[in-house]
Amino acid sequence: MLDSKIPQGPIESKWTKYKSTVPLVNPANKRSLEIIVVGTGLAGASAAATLAELGYKVKSFCFQDSPRRAHSIAAQGGINAAKNYQNDGDSVYRLFYDTIKGGDYRAREANVHRLAEVSGNIIDQSVASGVPFAREYGGLLSNRSFGGTQVQRTFYAAGQTGQQLLLGAYSGLQRQVGLGNVRLYSRHEMLDVVNIDGKCRGIIARDLVSGKLERHFGHAVLLCTGGYGNVFFLSTNAMGSNVTAAWKAHKKGAFFGNPCYTQIHPTCIPVSGDHQSKLTLMSESLRNDGRIWVPKRKEDAAAIREGKLNPNDLKEEDRDYYLERRYPAFGNLVPRDVASRAAKERCDAGFGVNKTGEAVYLDFAFNMKYKYGKQVATLKHITDPTEEQLTAFGHEVIKEKYGNLFDMYKQITGVDPYKNPMMIYPAVHYTMGGLWVDYNLMTTVPGLYALGEANFSDHGANRLGASALMQGLADGYFVIPYTIGAYLANEISVKPISTDHEAFVKAENEVSDRLNKLLAIKGTKPVDYFHKRLGKIMWDKCGMARNVEGLTWAISEIQKIREEFWKDVRVPGDANEFNPELEKAGRVADFIELGELMCKDALERNESCGGHFREDYQTEEGEALRDDENFKHVAAWQFNEVGNWTLNKEDLVYENIKIAQRSYK
Amino acid sequence: MSGNMNINLKVWRQKNGKSQGKLVDYKVEGVSPDMSFLEMFDVLNDRLVSEGKDEPIAFDHDCREGICGMCSMYINGRPHGPNQGVTTCQLHMRSFKDGDTIVVEPWRAAAFPVIKDLAVNRSAFDRIIASGGFISVNTGNAQDANSLPIAKDNADEAFAAAACIGCGACVAACKNSSAMLFVSAKVSQLALLPQGDPERNTRVLNMVAQMDTEGFGACTNTGACSAECPKEISLTNIARLNREYFAAQLGSDRS
Ligand SMILES: Cc1cc2nc3c(=O)[nH]c(=O)nc-3n(C[C@H](O)[C@H](O)[C@H](O)COP(=O)(O)OP(=O)(O)OC[C@H]3O[C@@H](n4cnc5c(N)ncnc54)[C@H](O)[C@@H]3O)c2cc1C
Ligand code: SF4
Ligand code: FES
Repeated sequence: MLDSKIPQGPIESKWTKYKSTVPLVNPANKRSLEIIVVGTGLAGASAAATLAELGYKVKSFCFQDSPRRAHSIAAQGGINAAKNYQNDGDSVYRLFYDTIKGGDYRAREANVHRLAEVSGNIIDQSVASGVPFAREYGGLLSNRSFGGTQVQRTFYAAGQTGQQLLLGAYSGLQRQVGLGNVRLYSRHEMLDVVNIDGKCRGIIARDLVSGKLERHFGHAVLLCTGGYGNVFFLSTNAMGSNVTAAWKAHKKGAFFGNPCYTQIHPTCIPVSGDHQSKLTLMSESLRNDGRIWVPKRKEDAAAIREGKLNPNDLKEEDRDYYLERRYPAFGNLVPRDVASRAAKERCDAGFGVNKTGEAVYLDFAFNMKYKYGKQVATLKHITDPTEEQLTAFGHEVIKEKYGNLFDMYKQITGVDPYKNPMMIYPAVHYTMGGLWVDYNLMTTVPGLYALGEANFSDHGANRLGASALMQGLADGYFVIPYTIGAYLANEISVKPISTDHEAFVKAENEVSDRLNKLLAIKGTKPVDYFHKRLGKIMWDKCGMARNVEGLTWAISEIQKIREEFWKDVRVPGDANEFNPELEKAGRVADFIELGELMCKDALERNESCGGHFREDYQTEEGEALRDDENFKHVAAWQFNEVGNWTLNKEDLVYENIKIAQRSYK
Repeated sequence: MSGNMNINLKVWRQKNGKSQGKLVDYKVEGVSPDMSFLEMFDVLNDRLVSEGKDEPIAFDHDCREGICGMCSMYINGRPHGPNQGVTTCQLHMRSFKDGDTIVVEPWRAAAFPVIKDLAVNRSAFDRIIASGGFISVNTGNAQDANSLPIAKDNADEAFAAAACIGCGACVAACKNSSAMLFVSAKVSQLALLPQGDPERNTRVLNMVAQMDTEGFGACTNTGACSAECPKEISLTNIARLNREYFAAQLGSDRS
């Protein structure tokens, strides 16, 4: 059984008590302790900056050309915090409760409570570092609602919340770089971890410009390397997002938690063609004001698909606002997994509205006119506004709220969303699974930590919107600076280990052998060919709906892809130069191995929960059917060799929340 | 679902920072108007790899949503191509015509040396931020966020300046390779917020000094930067930077 090291005591005081009893490292000792932070997203940048402020010697790595470009930059909608600024009944407990329930009772209580506790500090810290959140006319911070909650606790900066938060954390990081407390290694890719005597002691990184391999020692190593949604090839993640860092750690002893828990986001721009390289999210915040519908009659859907009917002309009573119909209490704001499945259900039943039949409408016309248009008319003292006036007034409000998202939609699709309802379809977005960590965020390898999306910790089987940014910054700003002390307090006498140590030499040789092997295959197919094939299998068999037959087939098919990849991939150029194809090849090789584990995990979990929907486990109404008796645990996979794992379990204990069937009706 | 446009590309090829580069012709067939500009490069690279004659073209990109600032192509003499307010990754082939010839080069500036083909080194921007583009507040020092109300207009203006994605198109667009628009966006954002006030003078002085050290040119107010900026960062930021700079040189206290 895995030890999650949850502190004793009542949930409300666990973290407070932990903080005041955790061993401390004195300032003089901190200066001789070195920490490697891989990743400069919200988790990595906030951790690196904060640890440097505390006095540790920090090295920070990212594969982009600047830390500011980490994938967190792309987050749109917002960040949650239990501030209760809106006086609508929010509290730490409610955020804790919503997160556990949203995660379909598959997250660890103690971690989630801590997350809710520090959420408010994140907003304070971000504002203090200059993050320009949206404000009301009175000068105070503004909030909006996200899915799976009934309060307004989401802070935002138009549709660029991730950008603004990351630039805040990045500026703190750069300040420490300027002060000489952090050494920055951008355009560097970590390709292995180095363990010595059972502890993690460093990494092997490749300088992506020169191609040279480097050895770096650290008393501790933090992986803040993001999620693995790109295993599906098409996802909303940035092109470079990958699993390599986490996967190397996994192969060196770190258990992988709940790999099959992936989040399919309901509101993305549908696929337009084979050339498609990625999918674009339309922020969940749009569900505040956009209503989701398909035609009630199949004939109308068919006519729309053939371009014979304009959706704007379809009468109200002929539209099926299926989320409002099925889930009256939460309506368009049900959690993501529920909304995604409902869209798939309608499209599979023949009600899809684009050429491929895989799209539903997200329509702003109603709220544009009757919510915002009327509000503005009232403010302007116009008692009898015309329909045109209402539209024009509402247009302005919608533009202020979502302007950049509407522009992006138009840019990509060529269709004006102010005039036509948006077309959306679910797409892979986030991975709840990741490296297993204990309460200290330490993996099963001592000294090796995982933060942010790279760990499995806080979101159970489904993450609520605006909670990833919160978790990344919680981990980096407020959790790791304390919990790492528990480990490093015992390391103060450890002198930096020479990188000539045989463990470093061996790890570097392995990395270099693998790169050379990839280059030597000189097969016939580009890397993307394999990535696309893998992605299609994952989407079809391990996506929104899964079943035994499909998963079993997928596993054997992925094994075949792996074999073919290592025989027939073609990677041009050589290892001692800037070589993006070589980078991609290494990442896809890891995705292939991961894909198999995801399917295995999905096959093993004989229940439906959150984002993991097994067709063989559903209620009569088509809702996810959990099996708490047999599956109320974290599946933590231990790597033996490629294609061979041992399953370990961490039992989840609910002492503060009564587990129940999730209901958003 | 490929399309029916044929495009003639002239692409800058340069093995590395030390070698000479030149424009090389490529024909890309079956381009769909729904493809993004970078997806057209994917198609071409796929072909180059499969044919095995020429190495694929190296270019920077990541988010492909216009927000990370990584993509950076100089297209037909304009950074990020023909459209206003759009990054390279958000440019779609429907903005071009069948049979068009398109010239694609890297950003050109002494402070942005070429790494390979279309990828350049922009770490000078990181060093400028490290010299002063921050508020010195350690984690844990912050007071309650709402204890500091900020007038919505100021907050909105600071946000507009903060929208800069650090892509460097402003530098590439400028005949002097000046980084003034980039620097002024950060200086403005922090000068407009009360949190930024205490370090106002040192910030602007240090950032401008670092900008000069990095080898960016002087600003002669031609405005090409703002015209080509994908986030439409306004020239008023440069005016504000100048005011901040002169006031700081005089050591004036503006609080
Ligand atoms: C389009 C989109 C919109 C989103 N919107 C929201 C939102 O509104 N609210 C919300 O809460 N969440 C949102 N999310 C989710 C959220 O953005 C991410 O979960 C979160 O930003 C992840 O942060 P991170 O710090 O864990 O990792 P990332 O930001 O992904 O950073 C990973 C870092 O690791 C580095 N790295 C990775 N591998 C290596 C390696 N091998 N060597 C060296 N460096 C490496 C990268 O260079 C990068 O610096 C969104 C996600 C997407 C895709
Ligand atoms: S000011 Fe505009 S062009 Fe310059 S770096 Fe910022 S976003 Fe790019
Ligand atoms: S790839 Fe991120 S802005 Fe273009």
